[in-house]
Amino acid sequence: MNQTSRAIPVAGLRPTSSMGHAVAFAVLAAILLLLPLALGGRPFELRLLTIIFLYATMGQAWNILGGYAGQTSLGHGLFFGLGAYTSTVAAVTFGLNPWLGAVLAVLVSGAAGWLIGLPCFRLRSHYFVIATLIVAESVHLLFSEWSFVGAAIGLELPIRPAGWLNFEFHRNKVPYYYIALAMLTSVTLFVVWMERSKIGHVLKAIRDDEDAARSLGFSPLRFKLIAMVISAGILGFCGTFYAQYVLLIDPPSVLSPSISVVIALIAIFGGIGTVAGPIIGSVVLVTISEYSRIYFSGGGRNLDLLIYGALIMLVAAYCPGGIMSLVRRVYARNRKA
Amino acid sequence: MTVELLIQLLVSGLGMGFIFALIAIGLALIYGVMGVVNFAHGEFLMLSMYATYFAFALGGLDPLVSLPFVALAMFGFGVAVYYLLMRKVIGGATHAEIFATFGLMVFMQAAAQFLFGADYFSIDHSLLSGSWRVGGITLPMPQIAAAAGALICTAGLYALVFRTELGRALRAVSQDRVAALTMGIDADRINALSWGLASACVGVAGSLLANFYYVFPRVGAVFVLIAYVTVALGGFGSMSGALVAGVIIGVLQVISGLFVASTLKFVPVYVLYLAVVLLRPRGLLGRL
Repeated sequence: MNQTSRAIPVAGLRPTSSMGHAVAFAVLAAILLLLPLALGGRPFELRLLTIIFLYATMGQAWNILGGYAGQTSLGHGLFFGLGAYTSTVAAVTFGLNPWLGAVLAVLVSGAAGWLIGLPCFRLRSHYFVIATLIVAESVHLLFSEWSFVGAAIGLELPIRPAGWLNFEFHRNKVPYYYIALAMLTSVTLFVVWMERSKIGHVLKAIRDDEDAARSLGFSPLRFKLIAMVISAGILGFCGTFYAQYVLLIDPPSVLSPSISVVIALIAIFGGIGTVAGPIIGSVVLVTISEYSRIYFSGGGRNLDLLIYGALIMLVAAYCPGGIMSLVRRVYARNRKA
Repeated sequence: MTVELLIQLLVSGLGMGFIFALIAIGLALIYGVMGVVNFAHGEFLMLSMYATYFAFALGGLDPLVSLPFVALAMFGFGVAVYYLLMRKVIGGATHAEIFATFGLMVFMQAAAQFLFGADYFSIDHSLLSGSWRVGGITLPMPQIAAAAGALICTAGLYALVFRTELGRALRAVSQDRVAALTMGIDADRINALSWGLASACVGVAGSLLANFYYVFPRVGAVFVLIAYVTVALGGFGSMSGALVAGVIIGVLQVISGLFVASTLKFVPVYVLYLAVVLLRPRGLLGRL
């Protein structure tokens, strides 16, 4: 135990019994599936949960690159914004169906990830972090000036009849909840699979000791690119989802640096390199953010970021492994007792 | 394009360049001594700009008068940040250092917005208002003073680091921490000192900048990206490199401002960062 405790352990808590797990998951799934029925007349809670699922998915995507491959990106909002813009431009200009737009968004964001990763993965630690900041900010500035994408004004999505085919729902927002839940579930299952697959092991090896991984014959560049493309592609889909959800995008709402900040914070706060980390991070941080908006309705006062910043400093100073490392510590103590 | 315009641009580019250099030198100093990039560096700048603004607006103190006090207060702030936050994370995983200063950045920016709102403040009539006219060229006083202040401050810091016993200790820690420790140098105090000095530098820069630049919560983000480019171009940890690089970048951004929309004038500067770190990772004058 002591020898392995340095490596960030896999998925959440140690399995107690697979039966117990299956029952717990079934109960959780049932609750999440039936919850919208109970929330029928409560748009605030419905929106809160939808946003939690969205940000948890984004945190999972960041975690693939930041947590498992150890490449801290503070510019991941770029891929979210590119996804939102891709499907929206396709819908506005060519009248493309949003689902096909989403596929296009995944491809464009993934390709952008590859293009950016190719040069930037030659950089290490701080140099890489700064490069991600700079690339994202450059694209943010360019989109604010580029008239084809609506420049600073942004783009409005064409209003279509509500329905699953059009990925648009007007009066009843419950379908967005299910799409977000499906997004989070499939990405989480993918991460669980990835963690146990060869890719996951190689990524963790690269994170822990890049030179050692190379000496074993794995190309760090190739695997970092794989992680980057997957991560960026998922964020591309999230971008389309967001655009379809709010039906209006502009540079501040999808490309601003604060989105990159929040994506990274969610994974860091919950626990980087863990499956449950981004979910916990999203539940805590998005809830804080949405409620602070109600109780301190000073629009644009950023109370949520104030709390986020303080929490991240505390996490960095006292438990760099995030909330998950605390959970694990408490759990380990209970098992000993 | 007339010759006057060109000279005018060069002068204003040089002036901004010295400010960029002064901001970047703080980053370079901390990086050189501790190997840590302070992601909240821009917010240190923002804090000192607010301090200068409020000293002016509420206390009636001219920025030139409040400058030493702002620098001193920022020195204390830097030392406090080191003891309260950074000391807990150094020596651990690199990501903890990155996250700690990153969290501080988010916190300070949000705190500024929470306390002062998102409004833009500016100082209208200070001792440095107005401009000189030399030949056909206009030299705005605030920029000239800022450039002069930045140069003096850089020279002072240079003298401190390269001509004093304290500076020798600082360089020793930066070159070989363990060897410095065995020589009886208190590395902890040297770290705190480097945070204090770096913050004081950025305090001076903020004070000078507040004379002619708007003060708002995200102002640090604008300058810190430039500072990263400056530090990378100069070579991480190299103070003289930061000075040279600052001037180059100052001139580059006014020239690119001629060709692209003014909001995009920093994009070529950002591209320069990628070019430098990819082609010459040690920068112009850096060591690794």
